Amino acid sequence: MRKRLLNKKYAYYIAAIAVLLIVFAVVGFAAEGAASADTGFFAEFKAKLINNFVKEDRWKYLTSGLLNTLIISFFAVIIGVVLGFIIAILRSACDMLDKKNIFTKTLNGILKAYLTVIRGTPALIQLLIIYYVIFTSPNVSKLFVAVISFGLNSSAYIAEIVRSGIMSIDKGQFEAGRSLGFTYAQTMWHFILPQAFKNILPALGNEFIVLIKETSIAGYIGINELTRGGDFIRSRTYEAFLPLIAVAVIYLVIVMILTKLVDMMERRLKTDGR
Amino acid sequence: MVDNKAMIHVEGLCKSFGDNHVLNGVDIDIHKGEVLVIIGPSGCGKSTFLRCLNLLETPSAGRIFLDGVDITAPSVNINKQRQKMMMVFQHFNLFPHKTILENLTIAPIKLKKLPKAEADEKAMSILRRVGLEDKAYAYPSQLSGGQKQRVAICRALAMDPEMILFDEPTSALDPEMVGEVLEVMKELANSGITMVCVTHEMGFAREVASKIIFFDQGVIAECGTPDEVFSNPKNPRLRDFLSKIL
Repeated sequence: MRKRLLNKKYAYYIAAIAVLLIVFAVVGFAAEGAASADTGFFAEFKAKLINNFVKEDRWKYLTSGLLNTLIISFFAVIIGVVLGFIIAILRSACDMLDKKNIFTKTLNGILKAYLTVIRGTPALIQLLIIYYVIFTSPNVSKLFVAVISFGLNSSAYIAEIVRSGIMSIDKGQFEAGRSLGFTYAQTMWHFILPQAFKNILPALGNEFIVLIKETSIAGYIGINELTRGGDFIRSRTYEAFLPLIAVAVIYLVIVMILTKLVDMMERRLKTDGR
Repeated sequence: MVDNKAMIHVEGLCKSFGDNHVLNGVDIDIHKGEVLVIIGPSGCGKSTFLRCLNLLETPSAGRIFLDGVDITAPSVNINKQRQKMMMVFQHFNLFPHKTILENLTIAPIKLKKLPKAEADEKAMSILRRVGLEDKAYAYPSQLSGGQKQRVAICRALAMDPEMILFDEPTSALDPEMVGEVLEVMKELANSGITMVCVTHEMGFAREVASKIIFFDQGVIAECGTPDEVFSNPKNPRLRDFLSKIL
C-alpha cells in the first residue's frame, strides 16, 4: 500500500513535467515548424537540441547558472530566516513586555521603518542600490552582494510571517511558561516558537519559492544565474524557445522539490498525536 | 516590620487596567500549609489578585512579600521567585507539542537542572499518584478535560513548589469531570501544601478551605473560616452572593 502511494507521488511529478514539455513543444513547433516544412519534425527537433545545448558545450551556461542560483538562494534564505526570526522576536517582545519604555518604543520604531522600506521598494532597486551605491568597491564579489540583497529583502517578509505565527499562539501558553519560572526568552524558545513554526511552515515555504524565483533578477548586476544562462544561449543561437523552456522547467523542478521538502517537514512536525 | 511567619504578606495591593480599578487595596497574610479559598462574584478581582501574586499581572501599587522578600521590587529575579509558587489555569495551558511526560519534566530539567532520568522517574511517580501514568507518552490533545487539568496539577507539583495557585481550575470542565480534579486537589490540601484557590465550587470550599475570603469590588469584604463565612455571613453582599449560588 505504502509503495503504491509512493509511486503515485512520483507519477504526479513526472506527469507535471511531461505535460508542460508537451504543451510547450506542440505550441512551439507548430509555430516554428511551419517555416521549415521540408525537413522532418524530429530531425529538426534534434538539430535544435544540439544547436542550443550541445554545441560549444552550451548546456554549461545552464548548469553554472543553476549553481549560482542555488548558491544565492541558499545563503539568502539563511540570512532571511535568521534575521527575520530576530526581527519578529524583538518586535513581539516590544509589544508584549513593556509598551511604554523609551528603549522598546525606539527599537520597535526602527524595526517598523526597516520593514516599511524593504517591503515598499522593488527587490531589483534594492539589488542595484546595494551593488552600485553601497558596495562600490570592485573587490566585492557579486554573489556576495546578491546574497546580502536577497537575504535582507526576504528577512522583512519572513519577519512578518514569523510574527503572525507568534501572535497565533494562545496567550495562555506564554503564561504557563512564565508561571513555571521560565524567562521570556526561554518561554519563546521552548514553547512559543516550536508551535509558531509549525503554523507558519506553509507561508515560509511560499516565501522560499518566491525567493528562488526572484533571484532571476541577479542578472542585472552581471551574475550568470540560471535565467541569464538561458538568455545567453538565446543570444548565441537566436532561438528563444528551447533555452527559455529549459530554464522554466529547471525552476519548476527546483520549486517542486522544495515544496516536497516543506511537505515532509510539515508532516514530521505533526506531533499533537492526530 | 514584615511578618516573618507569613509565607505571603500582601499590603495595599492595587491593580487597574486604564480607568478600570480592579483591585483597590488588598491586605492579607497567607501562612504555610493554609488552604485559602477565594470566592466572589465575577469581575470582583479574585483572578486578578491571584495573577498578581506571581506577577503575571504587574500590580499598580502595593507590595507582595514572599518569604520576606518583596517580589514587586525591580531588583528581584521574579523567575526564581515564581518557581516557588506554581499556577494551575482555568484552561490548563498544557504544551500541546510536548508529551505529558515532557510537560512535567521540562521545567525541572531546564530550570532546576535535574538529570533527565531523575526528572522522568519523579514525573512518573507524580502521574501514578493521580492515576495517569499510562498517559505519560500521550499528547495533551488525546486527553479529556479532567485528565488535562490533573496533568496541569502534576506539572505544578513536579517543580516542588511551596504553594500552588489555582485559577478556577474546574470552570472549563464538563460537570462529570469536575469531581476527579477536586479529588486531586483535596488530596493535595491534606498533604499540607499551601494552596490559594479561586473557585465557584462551594462544596469544595466548605470541606477543604482553612480560610475563605470573599472579594467584592476589588477589596476583601469578608474573611473567615468556612463555618463563619457560610453559616454566619456578616457582609450583606456576601449574604446576597451565597443566597444566589447555594
